[in-house]
Order: sequence, then structure tokens, then C-alpha cells
Amino acid sequence: MSNEAAMHGHPEVVTTHEAHHDEHHVHHHKETFITKYVFSQDHKMIARQFLISGMVWAVIGGLMSVLFRLQLGYPDESFPWLEDILGRWAQGGKISPENYYALVTMHGTVLVFFVLTGGLSGTFANFLIPLQIGARDMASPFLNMLSYWFFFIASVVMISSLFVQTGPFSGGWTAYPPLSALGDASPGSKVGMDLWITSMALFVVSSLLGGLNYITTILNMRTKGMSMTRLPLTIWALLFTAILGVLSFPVLLSGFILLLFDRHAGTSFFLSDIFLASTQQALPNEGGSAILFQHLFWFLGHPEVYIIILPAMGMVSEILSINSRKPIFGYMAMVGSLFAIAMLAFLVWAHHMFVTGLNPFLGSVFVLLTLLIAIPSAIKVFNWLTTLWKGNIRFTPAMMFAIGFVSLFISGGLTGIFLGNSTLDIHLHDTYFIVAHFHIVMGVAGFFGMFAGIYHWFPKMYGRYLNNTMAYIHFWVTMVGAYLIFWPMHYQGLAGMPRRYLDYSNWESFNQFNDLNKFISTVAMIVFAVQLMFVFNFFYSIFKGRKMNTQNPWGATTLEWTTPIHAGHGNWPGEIPEVHRWAYDYSKDGREFIQQTESVNPNESKH
Amino acid sequence: MSTTAILLLSILALGFLITFQIAKASEYVSILNGEKKSFEQSNKVNAFLMVAFLVLSLIGIWVCHKAYYGRTLLPFPSASDHGEKIDTMMFITIAVCGVVFFITQILLFWFSFRYQYSEKRKAYFYPHNTNWEILWTTVPAIALCVLVGFGLYYWYKITGDAPANAMQVEITGKQFAWVYRYPGKDNVFGKKYFKEINEAEGNELGLIWDDKAAQDDIVTTSAMYIVKDVPVKINIFSRDVIHDVGLPHFRMKMDAVPGTPTTMYFTPKFTTEEMKKITDNPEFEYEIACDQMCGNSHYSMKGIVKVVTKEEFTLWRAGQKPKYVEINSATAKPASGGMADSTGNLKQGLSPTPDSTNKVITRR
Repeated sequence: MSNEAAMHGHPEVVTTHEAHHDEHHVHHHKETFITKYVFSQDHKMIARQFLISGMVWAVIGGLMSVLFRLQLGYPDESFPWLEDILGRWAQGGKISPENYYALVTMHGTVLVFFVLTGGLSGTFANFLIPLQIGARDMASPFLNMLSYWFFFIASVVMISSLFVQTGPFSGGWTAYPPLSALGDASPGSKVGMDLWITSMALFVVSSLLGGLNYITTILNMRTKGMSMTRLPLTIWALLFTAILGVLSFPVLLSGFILLLFDRHAGTSFFLSDIFLASTQQALPNEGGSAILFQHLFWFLGHPEVYIIILPAMGMVSEILSINSRKPIFGYMAMVGSLFAIAMLAFLVWAHHMFVTGLNPFLGSVFVLLTLLIAIPSAIKVFNWLTTLWKGNIRFTPAMMFAIGFVSLFISGGLTGIFLGNSTLDIHLHDTYFIVAHFHIVMGVAGFFGMFAGIYHWFPKMYGRYLNNTMAYIHFWVTMVGAYLIFWPMHYQGLAGMPRRYLDYSNWESFNQFNDLNKFISTVAMIVFAVQLMFVFNFFYSIFKGRKMNTQNPWGATTLEWTTPIHAGHGNWPGEIPEVHRWAYDYSKDGREFIQQTESVNPNESKH
Repeated sequence: MSTTAILLLSILALGFLITFQIAKASEYVSILNGEKKSFEQSNKVNAFLMVAFLVLSLIGIWVCHKAYYGRTLLPFPSASDHGEKIDTMMFITIAVCGVVFFITQILLFWFSFRYQYSEKRKAYFYPHNTNWEILWTTVPAIALCVLVGFGLYYWYKITGDAPANAMQVEITGKQFAWVYRYPGKDNVFGKKYFKEINEAEGNELGLIWDDKAAQDDIVTTSAMYIVKDVPVKINIFSRDVIHDVGLPHFRMKMDAVPGTPTTMYFTPKFTTEEMKKITDNPEFEYEIACDQMCGNSHYSMKGIVKVVTKEEFTLWRAGQKPKYVEINSATAKPASGGMADSTGNLKQGLSPTPDSTNKVITRR
């Protein structure tokens, strides 16, 4: 096939199960640098593109948090070198309020969307779906490629917003209007917000292209014998993630479009009764509802946290099982609880809005539905614990992060029971308690899932191992650091300390935590430095890591480990293997593991 | 770049280099010793660290609690009746979740240590057990029913209608301050419309002066005065973006939304003076913290609530002049009351001059 045809999106890979024996024994077409590394349609390459882009974003987003933690920890001091980096945003070495809020907003946007959505499910959905279900590629490799490039353009637009004169958007990642609609209310809501909306719209397109592809691929392109109940839990989790994204991202987009109209077309969807002090003028808008936007936003915003955590849960289930050398406990219950979480995700959004003046009766319905999520979550936690029980645990770096994930998920999940209960939310809403809650359960736990996935599948991605010593240092420092940073924040929340304040010194009620803020900032910097070490380990190991010389280094049962060490486009050189059993036959009948491709022996015990 | 920054960066770089060298070396050692042996060694170390982490964390939780619990609001009584309910709910939830937290975390790290790899052990093939699964579906479900039950019981008490005898106060958020309004002698809030807002003329809330009920309304920015043991209904408005009336000591919070009025009510239990004694802090004030991101000075958007006795309130109230009177007395005094210096006149107007109170000029 010519490069030209590939460039124009002709699918290079025939994906039905019969028609591809011969042409995949060798690379049948010449690949140029461009088709192989840039506009690649190979799902494995796209996964790596998402991963590396996600890592670049993670470093940027993490660095932002270090900068604003510097302000929070040392509000009275000035750091002249900050002016060297940030120019007028840190005049005299002190971060200005505009800059502080811009950093906070971008930190949230970048990490929630560009790292933990794009970087996490973009990477692992692309990488694992075809490999684990036994397909040569995605249903549409071309759309898959477009998904990455839309993500890339979204990234470029978002980055460019950091450099406009009035600054990037600075009204919080939730972008509530009227603040986000009116440039006169906040300079960040000028052109910075237009770029923010544009970037997010492109991001939604990317996510939809990806999501549709993932769903189609999982439902239609499983290899022979791979029934839905034989799928590894990673695939189930990625399927539900994709469904959540496809059904909820359009609602977010609609909210953004209405917001764009309010900003530029004089409509009043979200605006009413506004007089701006900066211009001393009353706006003409009447009859809009600022709360409507919050409904639209959180209709995505809540599923979004499950979009982040479900892939992590799937990978953690897989990794815990493999490294305990035991089947995952209660496979069907695990699938059922993923399903329950995915469904409930759509029915709980207004728990973010208990104090917006929501009808108390409506609030009570959302309390009930929200706390219901604790039940499938409890099932998952106890099933993970039982998976470890009487196992034979190998502490690979991936396993460490998986165990860390469970610990963080318990800690952060339980505080969700506080916040989901409207009575307590009145007091805890928008305090540091919520900051602690979602950073633990969504932020750090999401990252732990991602790290577990990277350490586990890195050999499959690059044919080499990451360095173990650095991995263990990475794990322990991050684990201890995460708790040191976020655990004490619960106490700040119980003191009613509001989030998104850059200086508490004028407040009699909240100025008792200066020493703690300093401590948290210091730990955050150390943890960030260790993440840089991980990034170094990652790139170093791509080129210089210990070589993988067995096909199946972890002794896993799933299909990705039946491919050659350096699998080409198409994944299996010969026919796609047929599947005969579920993915969790570990330590069965005295055998350490039985791969899915092995046919069932009539004397075998049942699971 | 300052010297400290350079020093810090070089320490970082050095630490990094050392770690990298050790990491490289350990990889070579593992090849020399055999991968199996080095795996077993590192597995033992990590299994031990798992349980060490558990123990140190439990100690850490205790230390953290010792250090910071006293700085939260929980050791002090809540300053409102609703706050007491919220505190009770908080302790119930902490108890339930605390038990689950300790059980699951201890099991997690204990299992990790206890079932670490050993050549002799065979993992137990245990794919599922319906009874166990039913157990940990129903027990959390029952626990949650209890939490939802208590939660909603309190929620309806807190969000219910304010009693008829409640005192009415209005609070309006604007970038970046709070404005309070009292209904005046007639006990009725006058009409207002946002297009009537004119800060230069001192009409911050856009009161419609043609409405008689508005003419005796008291508007102040100094503090919100409320009375101990008298229920207060707070009517909440915003003039520009979404703000939030956060009252941590009363455990109350409600958004101020432009175009959509909201309310909350509660009964304060301690005067500001009493609270100074309770918290042992002579500087204590009931602060209103804006709890919804509202712009670049969000962090400094502070209001003050003064809880006073009935007598003190009457006294304070007697000293307040209706906004209408205040504005008109100010503009009436010097004849050159143009737009430009009317704010300056307003300041003069704040000190009451007995003869000017009755002078009223008609609005354009």
C-alpha cells in the first residue's frame, strides 16, 4: 500500500477475522517516519502518542500546582526568580491574584481533562482494547488517528491561551457563568475564555471520536470465543468509560455553546440581573439562569470523575489478580458494580449543587442516589481485598501502585459519603475538605491507576522494562507524600477553610494553619520532583531500559501477551488467536496460570 | 536567579544523579545475582514496607489529629441550632466511616504483607462466593440507609420554612463585598431593580425610591447584625456573579445567584462577645467567607456578622438611618451636588446632622 493511501485514511488493516492471514506475516508496506510516528493509524502508536502528550501535560499541570502551593505555603515571602519565569504575572516575585487563579484553573482543567481523561483512557483504551479482545486494530483506525490529532490541536489552543495578554481563563475549571461569561468581571474571561472554550470543544470532539471507536470495537471485533463474559475487566471498564463519555460530553458541549452565545451573541441563557462594578453598568440581560449552566456542566462533570476512575479500576483489578496469582474475586459482581457505577453516574450530578438554592426535595433525591454509589464501590473494595487474601503476592511496581490505588480509593471514597450527604455538604461545600476528597479519590487514585498501567504494560509498549529501583522510590514517595499532602486538608475543611483563597492572613477564622500550609507545600514540591524522576525513568527506559526477552513477563493470561515482543501493525503475525476461557485462570488445578488461548480440558475444575 | 534557588536546584540535581546511579547499579546487581533472587529480596522489603506504612500511617493519623483537631470548628459548640444538627450528623458519619476505614485499610496492608510471595505457598483459587458478596452488599446498604435517614431528617429541618417570627435580613454579594439591608419600620423590603443601581448616587442595590416601602429600608456595608436566640431568615442576592454566603461558625452556606433569590434561616445561639470567650480568642468575629469563586479578589471578600442581644440590637437599629434619607440629606446640603462629587458628599451624609434628615428632594 502506498503511503499516500495511508495518509488519506485508507485503513491499512483488514479487520475481519478471515481475510488477513498472509499479508500480516511481514510489514507489507513501507512506513515513513510520518506514517509511523506522526499520522499513525496503529492503535499502539496512537496510545503512545496519547501517553506522552498526557505526560507533558501532567508535568505542566503539576508544575502549576507547585507554583501556587508556593504562594499558599509562603504568602509573605517573595521569590524573585518567579518574576524571571512568569514576568509581570509575578511582579516582585509574588504571584498576583490573576495569576494565582489562572494557575489554579489551568491546573484543574489540564489534569482533569488532558491528563486523566485524554492521557489515561486515551492511552489505555487505545492500547489495550484491540490487544486484549483480539483485534488487529480499532474499528476505524482513521477516526482513531483523528481523535489524537483533535486532542493535539485542543492542547495547542489551551497552551496558547497561557500567552494572551489578558491571561488564560481564571474562573475555576468548572467555568461557572456569569464569571466565565463576562470579561468585565474577570480579565481571564476575555479572550482567554474563548480559547478555553475552543480548546474544550476540540477536546470533546476528540473524546467522542475515540469513545465511539472504543464501543464499536469492543462490541463488534472480539476474536472468536471472546464472549463478553470472558473479557478482562480492563475492557469492561473501558467500555463503560466510553459509554459515559459519549453520552455526557455532548451535554457539556451544549453548555459551552450556550455560554459562547451569551458571551458574543447577546443571548441570556445564563445571565440575568447583572450590574458590573468595573464598568458601572447594568447589563441588558434578563431571565437567564446561572444555575442552568451548572446542571449542564455537572451532567458531564460527575460522569467525568467516573470516566477517570473506571479505567483505573479496570486496570487495578487486572493487575491485582495477575500479581496475587489468583483470579479476581467475584468477576460478575465486578462487572455488575462497574455497570451500577456507570448508570448511577448519570443520576447524581446535582450533588455538586446542594447549596445553589436547589429545591430541598430534589436535593434529597440526589442524596439518596449519590449514597447508593457507595454500595457498588464497597463491593469492589471487598472483592479486591478478597483477591489479595491467600494470594501469592508479587510486588511488581504495577502491583504496588494497584494496592496504593485501593488504599486511596477507600480513603477518598469514604469522604464522599460525607459530601454526598446534603446536610454535611452545607458545611463542607467548597472548603478544603472537598479539595482533599477529590484529590485523593480522583486525582491521586486516578494517577495511581495510570502508573500501575504504565509499569505493567510498558514492556508491551516498548519491549523494555522500567527501572525497578526508581519505580519503588517513585511509589513510596508518592504514596507517603499523597497522604501527607491531602490527609491534613480534611482538618482545614472541618475548620471551614474555603478553597481558592490565595491568602488567609486577613481571616480570623482561617489563619491558624500557616505552618500546615508550609508543610503541605514542601511535601508537594518533593512529590513533584519524584514525578520528574519517573518521567526521566520513562524516557530513559524507552531507549536504555532492560530488554524484555520473554513474551509474557508477568505470567498473565490475556491476549496481549501472545503477541510478539515488538508487535507490528496488526498485532499478531499469523491468525488472531482463538479464546477458550475467561481471563482469570490463575493457580487453578495446580497450574500457575492458563492463557485464554488454551482450550478447556474436560477434567478441569470450573470457576 | 537567587543563590538559594541555584543551591536548591543543584541539590535536586545531585540527589537525582545519585538515585539514578543507584538505580542503574541495582539493575546490574540483579542481573549478576540472578533475577529470581533479587526479586525475592525486593519483594520481602516491599512487603515489610507495606506493613510499616500501615503502622506509621496509623501513628501519623493520631499525630495529625492531636495537632489539628483543636484548630477545627468541631471542638467548639456550633453557633447556631442548625449547626448543632450538622455537627451531630458529622459525628455519626465519622463514626460509621471511621470503622470502615480502619477495617479495610488494615486488611489491605495486612493481606499484602501476610500473603507476600513465597516459593512454598500456592495461591488459593477462589473465584467467587455468593454469600460473601451478599454480605458486603447488604451491610453497606444498611449502613447507608442509616446515614441517608439521619441526613435527610436533618436536611429537611435545616432547609424547611423559616418560622413566622423570624427576623428578616437581606444580603447582596457584589465583587468583592457584601451589602446588608433591613426592611425598616414597616417591616417590608422595598422593591428593587438592578437597572436602578447607581453607585455614584449611593444606590448600591437599585432600590426603587418611588416605592414607599423602600424609603425606610436600611442599607449598610459595615456588618450584619442579628439577635441571639431569634431565628433569622437571610434573603440572599447577587449583583454580578455567583457568590456564596459562607458562615462556618453557624455551619451554614448558600449561594448568591444573580437573578435567582435564595434563602437560609437559623437561630444564632451565642453573641459575638460570648463566642470570644468560648473560643478563647479576643479577636473572634463571625466572618462571612465568600465560598464561590467570584473573581480575582475572591479571597478577600469578607463580611462580618455581629450577633448581639436584643437590647444591643435595638440600640444599633436606632442609630441607623434609612438609605433614602441618607442619600437625600447628603445631596440636599451643598447645592452643587453633581454626579462627580456625590460620593464625597455621601461620606459627609453618613454623620447624621439633625436638620437635614427631613429634607427630601425628589428624584429625577
